[in-house]
Amino acid sequence: MSEYLLILVSTILVNNFVLVQFLGLCPFMGVSNKLDTAWGMSLATTFVLTLSSVCSYLVYTYLLIPTGLEYLKTISFILVIAVMVQFTEMVIRKVSPVLHRVLGIFLPLITTNCAVLGVALLNLNKDNNFVESLFYGFGAAIGFSVVLILFSAMRERINNADVPGPFKGSAIGMITAGLMALAFMGFTGLTQV
Amino acid sequence: MSILTAILILLALAAIFGIILGFAAVYFKVDEDPVVDQIDNILPQTQCGQCSYPGCKPYAEAIANGDEINKCPPGGESTIHALAELLGRDFVPLDEDHGEEKDKRVALIREAECIGCTKCIQACPVDAILGAAKQMHTVIAQECTGCDLCLEPCPVDCIDMVPVQTTTNEWRWNLPGTADSTHHSLIASDHDPRTVKENTEASA
Repeated sequence: MSEYLLILVSTILVNNFVLVQFLGLCPFMGVSNKLDTAWGMSLATTFVLTLSSVCSYLVYTYLLIPTGLEYLKTISFILVIAVMVQFTEMVIRKVSPVLHRVLGIFLPLITTNCAVLGVALLNLNKDNNFVESLFYGFGAAIGFSVVLILFSAMRERINNADVPGPFKGSAIGMITAGLMALAFMGFTGLTQV
Repeated sequence: MSILTAILILLALAAIFGIILGFAAVYFKVDEDPVVDQIDNILPQTQCGQCSYPGCKPYAEAIANGDEINKCPPGGESTIHALAELLGRDFVPLDEDHGEEKDKRVALIREAECIGCTKCIQACPVDAILGAAKQMHTVIAQECTGCDLCLEPCPVDCIDMVPVQTTTNEWRWNLPGTADSTHHSLIASDHDPRTVKENTEASA
């Protein structure tokens, strides 16, 4: 049990996908303007990231390794992720039209989130088993969500702040992201995973 | 050879996912009908419930599912014509069971008799009644859709439905054709005083 906890702490804080490994930066900068949309994006990404992490593990272990086609992993993972996102959209649309309206265009956008593919590929590098892949994907998603929500809350404040002219808009956003990454560097050494 | 298996495996993977998505599309099908919104736009939005549905949107959904189009007394004949044209159905006269078409009216509270019970405020579907507990209530005439729903809850019967006074903004020429019952380009939701004002100004 403690190793799963370690995986979670590692992916959420120590090796945070956005601020330490710099994956998934486009949604991080793109949908962090408003706190509401950040919440929606976080929810959808959490769902897709966890599912695709598990599914790509299954595809790799039970389809690509027995046939000796490990080199096809990238393209088949992209396939898995695209299908996962599409499937998620259908399910959410049926189960909760309200949530579907909130998430809106962010659902299809997850396909292009490099953190999703990154998690699937890193699972293989780390030789994670099924349950570890599940926790790894879930932890990565929670880490992404935490950072995205914190960042969007900060950006809402910054929009009201008196920022010097040349730094207005994306520039101060980039600087804030850099400072956040610095802060997350402080977690290094918390765990060794 | 290995390239052939690679292609086959990828094809198989894609086919499996395609089948899954195909079944999901059928299984998780959502009947979202753009025609519901079009019907809803035609309905007068009085939210009066005389059609026996809780509001205009539910009635629009019911029409899209095949219900009769003649259950809307506030919309009257012009609405039925517009619906018949939109849905390609035949015109049917207004169903008398659901009420009769009346001239546009607004609620008026006899303010001296109002006891401030707030019951009509809760009944109003469009929030057109202003007031607080034990304070006199009044109707915002521009917001009132004339749906009669506030009459019944009033314990002192101090609400009257009065015909809308024709003002210079609303008055229009009684041209041949506009009074004609076959003329149906004007529907209840078109009663926008501003456009009428522009028209009268343009003609003057």
